[in-house]
Amino acid sequence: MKIAEKKARKRESIILTALQLFSTKGFHKTTIPDIADKLHMSVGNLYNYFSSKDMLAKEIIKFTSEVLGNEIKTVNMMDISSEEKIRKIVEIYFGMASEKPEMIEYFLRVYLSHREVFADGCEGMTCVSGFITEIMIFFDDGVSKEELRDQDFFSAFGLFMGYLGGMVFLKGEEILPRELDEYVDDISRNIYYALKA
Amino acid sequence: MSQKRLKLLWLQSITCNGNTHSFLNHPDLFSILSHFELIYHPVLETSYDIQALLSGRLDCDVLILEGSFRQEGFKKGGIEVFELVKNYAEKAKHIISAGTCSTFGGIFKQYDPDSISGFCFNGEERTESYEKYASKTISLPGCPIHPKWLSYVLMMLSHGKKIPLDELHRPQELYGITVHTGCVRNEYFEWKVDTKGFGLKEGCSFYENGCQGPYTRGSCNKILWNDTSSKTVVGTPCFGCTEPSFPKTALYTTKTNMGIPATMPLGVPRRAYLTATGIAKSFKIKRFEERIITYDS
Repeated sequence: MKIAEKKARKRESIILTALQLFSTKGFHKTTIPDIADKLHMSVGNLYNYFSSKDMLAKEIIKFTSEVLGNEIKTVNMMDISSEEKIRKIVEIYFGMASEKPEMIEYFLRVYLSHREVFADGCEGMTCVSGFITEIMIFFDDGVSKEELRDQDFFSAFGLFMGYLGGMVFLKGEEILPRELDEYVDDISRNIYYALKA
Repeated sequence: MSQKRLKLLWLQSITCNGNTHSFLNHPDLFSILSHFELIYHPVLETSYDIQALLSGRLDCDVLILEGSFRQEGFKKGGIEVFELVKNYAEKAKHIISAGTCSTFGGIFKQYDPDSISGFCFNGEERTESYEKYASKTISLPGCPIHPKWLSYVLMMLSHGKKIPLDELHRPQELYGITVHTGCVRNEYFEWKVDTKGFGLKEGCSFYENGCQGPYTRGSCNKILWNDTSSKTVVGTPCFGCTEPSFPKTALYTTKTNMGIPATMPLGVPRRAYLTATGIAKSFKIKRFEERIITYDS
């Protein structure tokens, strides 16, 4: 394995480990030594990859945004209706929340809750552009096909992603009586009815 | 330069005279025309009058066409203009379609889109004339054309120079860039700052006010109008008048889908554009939020 490839893999393993610790223990309660310890690497070596905990936090949000964005990109490339795309996006989001809960938890409980960490370097949509771009493309396609109603982007975005994020948050708080996948039908339909032309 | 002057004939079909008038604004009009023998022109004094033109017997090296065409029903002095055009097109060494009407159909095509077109093109489609005449045709779309676009072509022809053309026979020198190129509002475009109104110095008109500059081929901001300015510089949107799709409707409004421009800048993938837009919009640049000039009252 080439050195660059080896470093890239190590970098990703740091991101995934930190992601899990930040999401479960909390951002402030997790230290760089905690992350290094879990990876069986020295603290000094970890700093070779990320110069600070804040820097690591920003790279994680970019990483999760890319992962989710790539999943939605696959849906955007499909030759299916906007109604079907909505269902697939809901499935992806809830699937990720169930199988990789740390991804969504990190977004909700670290990124949105510790804005001071992300203020410098993650302004606005800078660090979540991978995900936001695909949502924009989904809306743009839907409106140009006259399947979705033309409206302010953030009105539609808030309705769609706020709804999904809220459900995952409720699940995380153990308030939801049923599993997330049992809500896919109703929620997909609700979102479609709210957005359709 | 001792070579013989080319014979220039300017022939109009159905037209508003816009290109004729635009060319009259050229600061060096007569100097340019002095390189040619002016056989016929609709408004300038020439060697021959319209009766001689209609006879079809005049000589012609460079044929400038203005206006839209119809195979039947556009008559001049009882003669079908299209027949007259074909007659002179046979003789000409070079044909210049001056303006969007004679190039693609333009405004007059809207009257009857099925039968009215440009000479070699109907929108982007090739007409019957294409096969026979395209090899000597130079397309100069614009509503109207900039006088210096025409003078560039004329001077190149008079000096026997080859003019590189694109697939729609437009000179690459003039249409190889977009109207966006050179616009003084490009900083606002880069940072996605809308203009707050028509005629203001600040902001970009692409996002809300209908500017088609980023996807319209033309050199309006490279070769300025009246050597001074351009539509986009003064705060009016580019109407895309050089394009085969001209005219569109709702020229002062950008068609958007949930706030996203429906038409992307020329050749820019939507995903790339939206990624750059999302990032640029995340920053507030103070200078671009302020007026350029602060007036006392």
